[in-house]
Amino acid sequence: MLVYGLVLGSILTLGAIGVSMLFGILRFAHFAHGDMMTFGAYIALSFVTGLGFPVFGALPFAIVVTVALAIAIDRLVYRRLRRTQPVILLISSFGIAMALRALIQMIWGPGNHALQKGIQIPYRVLGVAIKPDHITIVVGAAVLVVALHLFLHRTKLGKAMRAMADNPDLAAITGIDNERVIAWTWGIGASLAATAGVFLALDTHLNPMTGWHVLLMVFAATILGGIGKVYGAILGGLVIGVAVEMSTLMIEPAYKPAVAFAIMVAMLVARPQGLLGGRA
Amino acid sequence: MSLLKIEEVRGGYGKADILNGCSLEVAHGEIAVIIGPNGAGKSTLMKAVFGLAHIHKGGIFFNGEDITNLATQKVVAHGLAYVPQENNVFPTMTVEENLEMGAFLRDDDFREQMERVFELFPRLKERRAQPAGTMSGGERQMLAMGRAMMMEPRMLLLDEPTAGLSPKYIDQTFELVKTVNDLLGVTILMVEQNARQALEIADKGHVLVMGRNRHDGTGRELLDDPDVARMFLGG
Repeated sequence: MLVYGLVLGSILTLGAIGVSMLFGILRFAHFAHGDMMTFGAYIALSFVTGLGFPVFGALPFAIVVTVALAIAIDRLVYRRLRRTQPVILLISSFGIAMALRALIQMIWGPGNHALQKGIQIPYRVLGVAIKPDHITIVVGAAVLVVALHLFLHRTKLGKAMRAMADNPDLAAITGIDNERVIAWTWGIGASLAATAGVFLALDTHLNPMTGWHVLLMVFAATILGGIGKVYGAILGGLVIGVAVEMSTLMIEPAYKPAVAFAIMVAMLVARPQGLLGGRA
Repeated sequence: MSLLKIEEVRGGYGKADILNGCSLEVAHGEIAVIIGPNGAGKSTLMKAVFGLAHIHKGGIFFNGEDITNLATQKVVAHGLAYVPQENNVFPTMTVEENLEMGAFLRDDDFREQMERVFELFPRLKERRAQPAGTMSGGERQMLAMGRAMMMEPRMLLLDEPTAGLSPKYIDQTFELVKTVNDLLGVTILMVEQNARQALEIADKGHVLVMGRNRHDGTGRELLDDPDVARMFLGG
């Protein structure tokens, strides 16, 4: 169970970092994030089933296409709404989510797909059965998180991103081009979303609702960590992932999302600034 | 020739104009001070120079180039730096990172300039690894000015650099403005509430009322003007 929790937690973390960064820069909760994950997974699926790519050969293509889609949506829709109230952006992202899901159904159909066929032989580590995919997912997520940390703290662009999350006007005063930072944020958020989508499809199966179903848990992870905070998102993802999987020991697995939701509500009531505290 | 020239500027943020035909000129190497009551448009004027308020009439020229309504992130490249009154540091970033952001557009080695800023503000050097949000108001003000100095600007716009500071820091800030102007040759335009002290170090002063110039003169002239003294210097 703990292993499943860590796997789910890793996937949620990748999604939550994206949601958190987008919120930090653009000040709205991106409801289309789950469907962006699904979209990335379907692109990977096309490369795997259509062109015979291995899953990890397909991942870079999934990332590139998803990033292109995210930036195109931003240019076409969100950018025009940037000077309006955040709630309008939020609702429009809801609309984008549904449009994206409809698009996925039109292209790939509503049925279930498996990204990887066949049965995997689990490893036995200290008496616990671990599938190779699980190791890939957890290690893959960890590598991405470390890479993101180095990006945000060591590179000029990463620092500019943090500066803009702190104060967009002051960032512009110092010569940082806000639109460029926004494009990069979409790039990173969408890359992580596509990766999370592929991991999710690896772990279970893929249908047009896959991403939408985990979105709630992604939001719960984001809020748990403190919205807008990248490190909080990591902690939030792992806590929600483990808590949700552990809960199946006691209650019906069908209630998994409810557990995430309950944690989110409890968190909002008790500690809206997030586990790590600081500015909300 | 004047370095900064603001000509009959009208504009604001939305429908109602805050600036109603405001003009001023600052010559190279001068310290110019803007004083006036709250809501006179002093801060808006500075924001307008940096593309943060919209100008629909009149123009702003820096070093002979038209920078009216130029996108905010492009203004600093002209050699103009701005320290807003509030929220003028990046709170979650360290002191050193804040200074690096000040040098965002520089592709050359700016460590020397950072050392110079640390010389001006030894306090910042002590706290270089500390997040800016955990520092006192006076220290943040130092950091904001240090950040603005990182581009080695020709001109510095300061919006109420002494607001909310203790008297000790206020004197220090005025000293510093003089130092930056004398030693580094940076032209200064500042908005100030401590009108008397500011006019004492100013080459030129402007009194702004209702988004329009009410009095203009040298710092001394405004200090000696009975009208100005009665209304803005507390008798």
